[in-house]
Amino acid sequence: MAYIAIFITYIFINNFILSQFLGLCPFIGVSKNSESAIGMGMAVTFVMGIASIITWVVYNLVLLPLGLAYLQTLSFILVIAGLVQFVEMIIQKNSPALYQALGIFLPLITTNCAVLGIAIMNITEGYNIMESFSAGIAAGIGFTLALVLMSNIRERLDLHPVRKAFRGVPIAFISGGLMALAFMAFDKSLLTNLLG
Amino acid sequence: MATERMQVLTKGFFKENPVFIIMLGLCPTLGVTTQVVNGIGMGLSVIFVLVFSNIFIAMLKNIIPNSVRIPAYIVIIAAFVTIVEMVMHAYAPSIYQALGIFLPLIVVNCIILGRAEAFANKNTVLDSFLDGVGMGIGFTLSLTLIAFIREVFGAGTITLVPIGGFDGVIEIPLLYTYPVRVLTLAAGALLLMGYLKAFFEWNAARKRG
Repeated sequence: MAYIAIFITYIFINNFILSQFLGLCPFIGVSKNSESAIGMGMAVTFVMGIASIITWVVYNLVLLPLGLAYLQTLSFILVIAGLVQFVEMIIQKNSPALYQALGIFLPLITTNCAVLGIAIMNITEGYNIMESFSAGIAAGIGFTLALVLMSNIRERLDLHPVRKAFRGVPIAFISGGLMALAFMAFDKSLLTNLLG
Repeated sequence: MATERMQVLTKGFFKENPVFIIMLGLCPTLGVTTQVVNGIGMGLSVIFVLVFSNIFIAMLKNIIPNSVRIPAYIVIIAAFVTIVEMVMHAYAPSIYQALGIFLPLIVVNCIILGRAEAFANKNTVLDSFLDGVGMGIGFTLSLTLIAFIREVFGAGTITLVPIGGFDGVIEIPLLYTYPVRVLTLAAGALLLMGYLKAFFEWNAARKRG
Protein backbone atom coordinates (compact mmCIF):
# COMPACT_ATOMS: atom_id res chain seq x y z
CA MET A 1 0.00 0.00 0.00
CA ALA A 2 2.80 2.38 0.89
CA TYR A 3 4.23 1.94 -2.61
CA ILE A 4 0.92 2.72 -4.32
CA ALA A 5 0.70 5.86 -2.18
CA ILE A 6 4.21 6.86 -3.25
CA PHE A 7 3.36 6.38 -6.92
CA ILE A 8 0.13 8.39 -6.75
CA THR A 9 1.83 11.12 -4.72
CA TYR A 10 4.76 11.65 -7.08
CA ILE A 11 2.90 11.21 -10.36
CA PHE A 12 -0.20 13.29 -9.64
CA ILE A 13 -0.29 15.11 -6.30
CA ASN A 14 3.29 16.36 -6.10
CA ASN A 15 4.00 16.28 -9.82
CA PHE A 16 7.60 17.46 -10.12
CA ILE A 17 6.99 20.00 -12.84
CA LEU A 18 3.48 21.19 -12.17
CA SER A 19 3.58 21.55 -8.41
CA GLN A 20 7.22 21.36 -7.26
CA PHE A 21 8.89 23.39 -10.05
CA LEU A 22 11.68 20.86 -10.51
CA GLY A 23 12.88 20.31 -14.07
CA LEU A 24 11.35 23.40 -15.65
CA CYS A 25 14.24 23.93 -18.08
CA PRO A 26 13.58 20.73 -20.10
CA PHE A 27 9.83 21.33 -19.67
CA ILE A 28 10.21 24.52 -21.71
CA GLY A 29 13.26 23.52 -23.75
CA VAL A 30 12.54 19.95 -24.92
CA SER A 31 8.75 20.11 -25.25
CA LYS A 32 8.59 21.34 -28.87
CA ASN A 33 7.71 17.91 -30.30
CA SER A 34 6.30 14.80 -28.69
CA GLU A 35 8.98 12.39 -29.93
CA SER A 36 11.81 14.15 -28.13
CA ALA A 37 9.57 14.68 -25.10
CA ILE A 38 9.07 10.92 -24.78
CA GLY A 39 12.81 10.31 -25.26
CA MET A 40 13.75 12.87 -22.64
CA GLY A 41 11.10 11.56 -20.24
CA MET A 42 12.32 7.97 -20.54
CA ALA A 43 15.94 8.97 -20.07
CA VAL A 44 15.08 11.02 -16.96
CA THR A 45 12.92 8.25 -15.45
CA PHE A 46 15.73 5.73 -15.99
CA VAL A 47 18.40 7.95 -14.42
CA MET A 48 16.14 9.01 -11.53
CA GLY A 49 15.41 5.40 -10.60
CA ILE A 50 19.07 4.37 -10.55
CA ALA A 51 20.23 7.63 -8.96
CA SER A 52 17.71 7.17 -6.13
CA ILE A 53 19.21 3.79 -5.23
CA ILE A 54 22.85 4.86 -5.51
CA THR A 55 22.47 8.13 -3.60
CA TRP A 56 20.55 6.29 -0.87
CA VAL A 57 23.42 3.80 -0.55
CA VAL A 58 26.04 6.57 -0.59
CA TYR A 59 24.22 8.56 2.09
CA ASN A 60 23.23 5.77 4.46
CA LEU A 61 26.19 3.43 4.10
CA VAL A 62 29.05 5.87 3.48
CA LEU A 63 28.33 9.44 4.55
CA LEU A 64 26.33 8.75 7.74
CA PRO A 65 28.72 6.18 9.31
CA LEU A 66 31.67 8.47 8.59
CA GLY A 67 29.87 11.55 9.96
CA LEU A 68 30.17 13.37 6.64
CA ALA A 69 26.49 14.22 6.11
CA TYR A 70 27.41 17.81 5.24
CA LEU A 71 29.04 16.53 2.05
CA GLN A 72 25.59 15.39 0.84
CA THR A 73 25.15 17.98 -1.93
CA LEU A 74 28.69 17.61 -3.23
CA SER A 75 28.74 13.82 -3.26
CA PHE A 76 25.23 13.49 -4.75
CA ILE A 77 25.97 15.71 -7.72
CA LEU A 78 29.24 13.87 -8.37
CA VAL A 79 27.49 10.50 -8.17
CA ILE A 80 24.78 11.70 -10.56
CA ALA A 81 27.29 13.17 -13.02
CA GLY A 82 29.31 9.94 -12.96
CA LEU A 83 26.19 7.82 -13.28
CA VAL A 84 24.92 9.74 -16.29
CA GLN A 85 28.29 9.36 -18.01
CA PHE A 86 28.34 5.64 -17.20
CA VAL A 87 24.78 5.06 -18.43
CA GLU A 88 25.64 6.91 -21.62
CA MET A 89 28.66 4.66 -22.26
CA ILE A 90 26.73 1.44 -21.57
CA ILE A 91 23.81 2.38 -23.77
CA GLN A 92 26.14 3.48 -26.56
CA LYS A 93 27.96 0.14 -26.48
CA ASN A 94 25.06 -2.26 -25.99
CA SER A 95 22.07 -0.67 -27.64
CA PRO A 96 22.81 1.70 -30.49
CA ALA A 97 19.08 2.07 -31.20
CA LEU A 98 18.32 3.24 -27.66
CA TYR A 99 21.38 5.50 -27.82
CA GLN A 100 20.00 7.08 -30.98
CA ALA A 101 16.77 7.80 -29.13
CA LEU A 102 18.14 8.94 -25.76
CA GLY A 103 21.74 9.91 -26.51
CA ILE A 104 21.38 13.63 -27.01
CA PHE A 105 19.31 14.03 -23.84
CA LEU A 106 21.64 12.23 -21.46
CA PRO A 107 24.24 14.99 -20.97
CA LEU A 108 21.42 17.43 -20.19
CA ILE A 109 20.20 15.26 -17.33
CA THR A 110 23.16 15.96 -15.03
CA THR A 111 22.01 19.54 -14.58
CA ASN A 112 18.32 18.63 -14.40
CA CYS A 113 17.24 19.65 -10.92
CA ALA A 114 14.63 16.87 -10.83
CA VAL A 115 17.35 14.20 -10.43
CA LEU A 116 19.24 15.90 -7.61
CA GLY A 117 15.85 16.93 -6.22
CA ILE A 118 14.55 13.37 -5.83
CA ALA A 119 17.87 12.25 -4.31
CA ILE A 120 17.65 14.93 -1.61
CA MET A 121 13.91 14.40 -1.09
CA ASN A 122 14.42 10.65 -0.46
CA ILE A 123 16.81 11.55 2.35
CA THR A 124 14.60 14.23 3.93
CA GLU A 125 11.52 11.97 3.72
CA GLY A 126 13.45 9.15 5.39
CA TYR A 127 12.54 6.52 2.79
CA ASN A 128 14.13 3.07 2.80
CA ILE A 129 15.90 1.81 -0.30
CA MET A 130 12.87 0.33 -2.07
CA GLU A 131 10.72 3.37 -1.28
CA SER A 132 13.48 5.60 -2.64
CA PHE A 133 13.60 3.60 -5.86
CA SER A 134 9.79 3.74 -6.23
CA ALA A 135 9.77 7.48 -5.55
CA GLY A 136 12.48 7.96 -8.19
CA ILE A 137 10.59 5.99 -10.83
CA ALA A 138 7.25 7.60 -9.91
CA ALA A 139 8.68 11.14 -10.05
CA GLY A 140 10.20 10.27 -13.43
CA ILE A 141 6.84 9.05 -14.72
CA GLY A 142 5.18 12.24 -13.44
CA PHE A 143 7.85 14.29 -15.22
CA THR A 144 7.31 12.33 -18.46
CA LEU A 145 3.54 12.75 -18.19
CA ALA A 146 3.76 16.53 -17.86
CA LEU A 147 6.40 16.77 -20.60
CA VAL A 148 4.41 14.66 -23.09
CA LEU A 149 1.14 16.52 -22.39
CA MET A 150 2.98 19.80 -22.85
CA SER A 151 4.57 18.73 -26.14
CA ASN A 152 1.17 17.75 -27.52
CA ILE A 153 -0.27 21.11 -26.50
CA ARG A 154 2.62 22.91 -28.18
CA GLU A 155 2.27 20.88 -31.38
CA ARG A 156 -1.35 21.97 -31.55
CA LEU A 157 -0.47 25.57 -30.73
CA ASP A 158 1.90 25.68 -33.70
CA LEU A 159 -1.11 25.35 -36.00
CA HIS A 160 -3.04 28.19 -34.41
CA PRO A 161 -2.51 31.94 -34.60
CA VAL A 162 -0.93 33.24 -31.39
CA ARG A 163 -0.26 36.93 -30.77
CA LYS A 164 3.33 37.80 -31.61
CA ALA A 165 4.45 38.70 -28.07
CA PHE A 166 3.06 35.41 -26.72
CA ARG A 167 4.61 33.12 -29.34
CA GLY A 168 6.97 30.38 -28.12
CA VAL A 169 7.98 30.49 -24.47
CA PRO A 170 5.27 32.79 -22.98
CA ILE A 171 2.36 30.74 -24.32
CA ALA A 172 4.16 27.57 -23.15
CA PHE A 173 4.28 28.95 -19.62
CA ILE A 174 0.62 29.93 -19.72
CA SER A 175 -0.38 26.48 -21.02
CA GLY A 176 1.73 24.98 -18.23
CA GLY A 177 -0.09 27.17 -15.71
CA LEU A 178 -3.46 25.97 -16.97
CA MET A 179 -2.27 22.36 -16.74
CA ALA A 180 -1.12 23.01 -13.17
CA LEU A 181 -4.60 24.35 -12.39
CA ALA A 182 -6.08 21.10 -13.70
CA PHE A 183 -3.61 19.05 -11.66
CA MET A 184 -4.75 20.86 -8.51
CA ALA A 185 -7.72 18.50 -8.61
CA PHE A 186 -5.32 15.84 -7.30
CA ASP A 187 -4.69 16.54 -3.64
CA LYS A 188 -4.10 14.65 -0.41
CA SER A 189 -7.79 13.74 -0.08
CA LEU A 190 -7.40 11.59 -3.21
CA LEU A 191 -5.05 9.31 -1.26
CA THR A 192 -7.37 8.99 1.74
CA ASN A 193 -10.34 8.29 -0.56
CA LEU A 194 -8.47 5.63 -2.51
CA LEU A 195 -6.52 3.89 0.22
CA GLY A 196 -8.55 4.72 3.31
CA MET B 1 38.31 50.48 -20.79
CA ALA B 2 36.30 51.67 -17.83
CA THR B 3 33.08 51.76 -19.84
CA GLU B 4 33.71 48.21 -21.08
CA ARG B 5 34.07 47.08 -17.48
CA MET B 6 30.82 48.84 -16.62
CA GLN B 7 29.13 46.98 -19.45
CA VAL B 8 30.36 43.62 -18.18
CA LEU B 9 28.79 44.52 -14.84
CA THR B 10 25.49 46.04 -15.97
CA LYS B 11 24.57 43.76 -18.91
CA GLY B 12 23.10 41.21 -16.50
CA PHE B 13 20.67 43.72 -14.97
CA PHE B 14 18.35 44.13 -17.95
CA LYS B 15 19.92 43.57 -21.38
CA GLU B 16 21.01 39.98 -20.69
CA ASN B 17 18.83 39.40 -17.65
CA PRO B 18 19.34 35.72 -16.75
CA VAL B 19 15.69 35.02 -15.93
CA PHE B 20 13.66 37.00 -18.45
CA ILE B 21 16.01 37.16 -21.45
CA ILE B 22 18.33 34.13 -21.27
CA MET B 23 15.69 32.04 -19.42
CA LEU B 24 18.07 30.24 -17.07
CA GLY B 25 17.50 29.17 -13.47
CA LEU B 26 13.74 28.91 -13.76
CA CYS B 27 13.08 26.32 -11.06
CA PRO B 28 14.10 28.43 -8.05
CA THR B 29 12.64 31.52 -9.75
CA LEU B 30 9.17 30.05 -9.47
CA GLY B 31 9.68 27.69 -6.54
CA VAL B 32 10.72 30.12 -3.82
CA THR B 33 9.00 33.37 -4.82
CA THR B 34 5.93 33.11 -2.61
CA GLN B 35 7.36 35.74 -0.23
CA VAL B 36 9.58 38.74 -0.98
CA VAL B 37 12.09 37.79 1.71
CA ASN B 38 12.59 34.33 0.18
CA GLY B 39 13.22 35.84 -3.24
CA ILE B 40 15.87 38.15 -1.79
CA GLY B 41 17.42 35.32 0.28
CA MET B 42 17.65 33.08 -2.77
CA GLY B 43 19.08 35.95 -4.84
CA LEU B 44 21.79 36.69 -2.28
CA SER B 45 22.75 33.00 -2.04
CA VAL B 46 23.06 32.80 -5.81
CA ILE B 47 25.15 36.03 -5.94
CA PHE B 48 27.56 34.54 -3.38
CA VAL B 49 27.93 31.20 -5.19
CA LEU B 50 28.08 32.81 -8.64
CA VAL B 51 30.74 35.38 -7.70
CA PHE B 52 33.05 32.94 -5.93
CA SER B 53 32.68 30.15 -8.48
CA ASN B 54 33.32 32.65 -11.31
CA ILE B 55 36.47 33.92 -9.54
CA PHE B 56 37.82 30.44 -8.86
CA ILE B 57 37.05 29.11 -12.32
CA ALA B 58 38.69 32.14 -13.93
CA MET B 59 41.77 31.59 -11.74
CA LEU B 60 41.96 27.87 -12.45
CA LYS B 61 41.02 27.99 -16.14
CA ASN B 62 44.59 27.20 -17.30
CA ILE B 63 45.03 24.34 -14.83
CA ILE B 64 41.77 22.43 -15.36
CA PRO B 65 42.09 20.04 -18.37
CA ASN B 66 39.50 20.79 -21.00
CA SER B 67 38.01 17.28 -21.07
CA VAL B 68 37.04 17.22 -17.37
CA ARG B 69 36.11 20.88 -17.04
CA ILE B 70 32.38 20.36 -16.38
CA PRO B 71 32.85 17.98 -13.40
CA ALA B 72 35.56 20.30 -12.07
CA TYR B 73 33.19 23.29 -12.28
CA ILE B 74 30.46 21.30 -10.54
CA VAL B 75 32.80 20.44 -7.65
CA ILE B 76 33.78 24.10 -7.22
CA ILE B 77 30.14 25.21 -7.34
CA ALA B 78 29.00 22.45 -4.94
CA ALA B 79 31.67 23.49 -2.42
CA PHE B 80 30.35 27.06 -2.31
CA VAL B 81 26.74 25.87 -2.15
CA THR B 82 27.63 23.75 0.89
CA ILE B 83 29.14 26.83 2.54
CA VAL B 84 25.95 28.84 1.87
CA GLU B 85 23.80 25.99 3.22
CA MET B 86 25.76 25.78 6.48
CA VAL B 87 25.87 29.56 7.01
CA MET B 88 22.14 29.92 6.33
CA HIS B 89 21.29 27.00 8.59
CA ALA B 90 23.21 28.67 11.42
CA TYR B 91 22.26 32.33 11.01
CA ALA B 92 18.97 32.47 9.07
CA PRO B 93 17.09 29.27 9.98
CA SER B 94 13.68 30.61 8.92
CA ILE B 95 14.87 31.42 5.37
CA TYR B 96 16.77 28.10 5.33
CA GLN B 97 13.46 26.33 6.06
CA ALA B 98 11.54 28.36 3.49
CA LEU B 99 14.06 27.81 0.67
CA GLY B 100 14.12 24.10 1.53
CA ILE B 101 15.23 21.87 -1.30
CA PHE B 102 16.01 24.82 -3.58
CA LEU B 103 19.09 25.75 -1.54
CA PRO B 104 21.10 22.58 -2.35
CA LEU B 105 19.66 22.75 -5.85
CA ILE B 106 21.69 25.93 -6.52
CA VAL B 107 24.36 23.40 -7.59
CA VAL B 108 22.40 22.57 -10.72
CA ASN B 109 21.17 26.12 -11.31
CA CYS B 110 21.94 26.60 -15.00
CA ILE B 111 22.89 30.26 -14.48
CA ILE B 112 26.01 29.35 -12.53
CA LEU B 113 27.25 26.57 -14.78
CA GLY B 114 26.19 28.64 -17.78
CA ARG B 115 28.28 31.66 -16.72
CA ALA B 116 31.23 29.38 -15.90
CA GLU B 117 31.10 27.86 -19.37
CA ALA B 118 30.18 30.98 -21.33
CA PHE B 119 32.21 33.62 -19.50
CA ALA B 120 34.53 32.71 -16.62
CA ASN B 121 36.61 30.16 -18.52
CA LYS B 122 37.62 32.66 -21.21
CA ASN B 123 37.94 35.92 -19.25
CA THR B 124 40.13 37.48 -16.57
CA VAL B 125 39.45 37.15 -12.85
CA LEU B 126 38.29 40.78 -12.53
CA ASP B 127 35.89 40.55 -15.48
CA SER B 128 34.52 37.25 -14.20
CA PHE B 129 33.96 38.81 -10.78
CA LEU B 130 32.04 41.73 -12.35
CA ASP B 131 30.06 39.35 -14.55
CA GLY B 132 29.11 37.28 -11.49
CA VAL B 133 27.99 40.34 -9.54
CA GLY B 134 26.00 41.71 -12.49
CA MET B 135 24.26 38.45 -13.36
CA GLY B 136 23.58 37.79 -9.68
CA ILE B 137 21.98 41.22 -9.24
CA GLY B 138 19.89 40.68 -12.39
CA PHE B 139 18.71 37.35 -11.00
CA THR B 140 17.90 38.89 -7.60
CA LEU B 141 15.97 41.77 -9.23
CA SER B 142 13.86 39.33 -11.27
CA LEU B 143 13.15 37.14 -8.25
CA THR B 144 12.20 40.13 -6.15
CA LEU B 145 9.86 41.41 -8.88
CA ILE B 146 8.08 38.04 -9.24
CA ALA B 147 7.91 37.53 -5.46
CA PHE B 148 6.57 41.08 -4.99
CA ILE B 149 3.75 40.58 -7.51
CA ARG B 150 2.88 37.12 -6.17
CA GLU B 151 2.87 38.15 -2.53
CA VAL B 152 1.13 41.51 -2.88
CA PHE B 153 -1.70 40.20 -5.05
CA GLY B 154 -1.76 36.59 -3.83
CA ALA B 155 -1.65 37.17 -0.08
CA GLY B 156 -1.97 40.94 0.39
CA THR B 157 1.27 41.17 2.37
CA ILE B 158 4.93 42.11 1.86
CA THR B 159 7.23 40.03 4.05
CA LEU B 160 10.64 41.51 4.81
CA VAL B 161 13.21 40.88 7.52
CA PRO B 162 11.92 41.56 11.06
CA ILE B 163 13.84 44.44 12.70
CA GLY B 164 13.23 45.46 16.32
CA GLY B 165 9.52 45.96 17.06
CA PHE B 166 8.58 45.62 13.36
CA ASP B 167 7.68 41.99 12.68
CA GLY B 168 8.65 42.23 9.02
CA VAL B 169 5.18 41.82 7.51
CA ILE B 170 3.42 44.74 5.82
CA GLU B 171 -0.30 44.17 5.26
CA ILE B 172 -2.04 45.85 2.34
CA PRO B 173 -5.61 46.70 3.44
CA LEU B 174 -7.99 45.65 0.66
CA LEU B 175 -5.80 42.90 -0.84
CA TYR B 176 -5.23 41.31 2.55
CA THR B 177 -8.96 40.67 2.90
CA TYR B 178 -9.56 39.65 -0.72
CA PRO B 179 -6.35 38.14 -2.09
CA VAL B 180 -6.02 36.54 -5.54
CA ARG B 181 -5.06 33.25 -3.92
CA VAL B 182 -4.13 31.45 -7.15
CA LEU B 183 -0.98 33.58 -7.54
CA THR B 184 0.63 31.99 -4.49
CA LEU B 185 -0.01 28.50 -5.92
CA ALA B 186 2.06 26.67 -8.51
CA ALA B 187 -0.38 27.41 -11.33
CA GLY B 188 -0.30 31.15 -10.65
CA ALA B 189 3.49 31.20 -10.77
CA LEU B 190 3.53 29.61 -14.23
CA LEU B 191 0.79 31.92 -15.53
CA LEU B 192 2.52 35.03 -14.13
CA MET B 193 5.85 33.98 -15.66
CA GLY B 194 4.14 33.58 -19.05
CA TYR B 195 2.57 37.04 -18.91
CA LEU B 196 5.78 38.70 -17.69
CA LYS B 197 7.81 37.03 -20.47
CA ALA B 198 5.21 38.16 -23.02
CA PHE B 199 5.48 41.71 -21.64
CA PHE B 200 9.28 41.68 -22.03
CA GLU B 201 9.00 40.34 -25.60
CA TRP B 202 6.44 43.02 -26.44
CA ASN B 203 8.68 45.66 -24.89
CA ALA B 204 11.72 44.46 -26.86
CA ALA B 205 9.73 44.43 -30.12
CA ARG B 206 8.45 47.96 -29.41
CA LYS B 207 12.02 49.24 -28.85
CA ARG B 208 13.19 47.71 -32.13
CA GLY B 209 10.37 49.64 -33.79
